[in-house]
Amino acid sequence: MTTQATEGGPVIRFNEVCKRFGEKVVLDGFSMELARGKTLSIMGPSGVGKSVTLKHAIGLLTADSGSVEVFGREISEVSTPELAEMRKRMGYVFQEGALINWLSVGENVALPLRENTDLEEDELRARVEERLRLVHIPDAWDLMPSEISGGMKKRVGIARALITDPELILYDEPNAGLDPEIARSINALIRELQEGLGVSSLVVEHRIDCIKTVSDEVLFLDGGKALVQAKPEEFFHSNHPRLARFFGKESA
Amino acid sequence: MAEATEIRAEEPAATSPPRDPAILTFLRSEGERIELLLRTLRRLGHTPSRSKLIYEQMFLSGIQTLHVVLLVGLFIGMIVSLQTGIELAKLGQQDQIGTIVAISMAREMGPFITGTILTATVGSAIAAELGTMSVSNELDALEVMSVDRLSLLVLPRLVGLALIAPLLTLVCDTVGIIGGAFVAQAQLNVGYEMYMTSAIDALRPTGFLFNLPKDLYAGLIKAVVFGGMIATVACNEGLKTTGGALGVGRSTRAAVRDSIIGIIVLNYFMTWFMYQA
Ligand SMILES: Nc1ncnc2c1ncn2[C@@H]1O[C@H](COP(=O)(O)OP(=O)(O)OP(=O)(O)O)[C@@H](O)[C@H]1O
Ligand SMILES: [Mg+2]
Repeated sequence: MTTQATEGGPVIRFNEVCKRFGEKVVLDGFSMELARGKTLSIMGPSGVGKSVTLKHAIGLLTADSGSVEVFGREISEVSTPELAEMRKRMGYVFQEGALINWLSVGENVALPLRENTDLEEDELRARVEERLRLVHIPDAWDLMPSEISGGMKKRVGIARALITDPELILYDEPNAGLDPEIARSINALIRELQEGLGVSSLVVEHRIDCIKTVSDEVLFLDGGKALVQAKPEEFFHSNHPRLARFFGKESA
Repeated sequence: MAEATEIRAEEPAATSPPRDPAILTFLRSEGERIELLLRTLRRLGHTPSRSKLIYEQMFLSGIQTLHVVLLVGLFIGMIVSLQTGIELAKLGQQDQIGTIVAISMAREMGPFITGTILTATVGSAIAAELGTMSVSNELDALEVMSVDRLSLLVLPRLVGLALIAPLLTLVCDTVGIIGGAFVAQAQLNVGYEMYMTSAIDALRPTGFLFNLPKDLYAGLIKAVVFGGMIATVACNEGLKTTGGALGVGRSTRAAVRDSIIGIIVLNYFMTWFMYQA
């Protein structure tokens, strides 16, 4: 592994990334950096390419041009086995949960451990149960994905992303569909992971309260570019006209 | 709001790439299937650790299709018996009915009927299951968790179907021959004893491969190949599904259509290879 060379550099770096689907240009010279141990939130209108950005960072999509570096490696150039190794250090929370529909909640969370480690059954169960407790669904092991609500699916998705103790977690709207109480505790969890374990996070989020709690920096994505990237205090007081329009603060 | 309508307007354009000539499309999709098969066969070593999933696949597909195989097999045997019986009776040769029913069930009808039933019930279900996983991002989820989907999803279905197909074929052969016996007895005045003697005589042991009669093992080999082919085609169609529920429908249709074509074409070549070469 050649990741040590850049251990101090940013965990994720997008440089002039362009991506189009057919005629539709989604990313158009998008650049950003996520520093190690920090949390960066991405905001932007619906359909602007936030999920697409996250998918580039984990290699589910590849850029048409520009570079995407993760752990200091250009992700389009790593071999399949190396990419698999890199992904074991990452967690991904899908927007719609993306739970495996024929596995129970517990087995969904246990899947990465079952497939990629030789943990004993007891140890494995204990770890899964701990993660389920973290997201406030301690008794959900035997439920099937079709039996649980959208917000619960989301939380199972978070538990599954956390199960391998990743260094880098990509959250696609972790709070969508959660009630305020649970949302606050998920936010606290994201914060704790960062402060306690030095996890780096990229969070796509719409909720301002959440962004304020979890982020070190906020990025506004529109028109395929990063329009504003700033600390939360500055971001929410920015007088960038596009931001003002987005937050409905247009006074003039 | 403006964005939302824009997305909807763009989506169909993005999912339907420009059309290639049909022959290229055909070669490409056959190539993909063969590649999927080879890559999955390279994981055959994972079979022991996937035994639970394989057993589940076998059990499910066996249960789903057994009653259909019993019913259709019985009637196919009756049809073959009646059709050939009427002609043979004209020549005074009706004592040969057993031979003809036994051989045509074992060589052709058993594996063909079983393959067709498996396609309609299990192949379509596999394409729909994997297709649904694909359009709901579950395959992406497996990928980001570094879970090998060929080993988790394709291998159990491939091995399961390749194992259950010959078992169901045996069942189909047996009920077919029994169905033929009913008709022979009731409509053609050929007694059970004569029918069975000629049927058993027709499937003479050859001393080869567990001492099975050649016609029987030829049919069973066909069944294994059909089972593997059905699973490969269905998994391939399922895994590459895009475009929501419509896409799942498209994949299922393609899987069933291509498996049926595959069964007929492969059947011809295997018969040629096993009986003429
Ligand atoms: N696989 C794909 N094929 C074609 N178009 C795609 C694909 N993935 C995304 N798109 C398009 O890219 C654009 C951005 O999608 P994306 O899912 O990233 O939006 P988003 O910012 O996450 O929106 P939301 O806030 O609603 O989740 C959309 O117009 C979408 O139609
Ligand atoms: Mg999104």
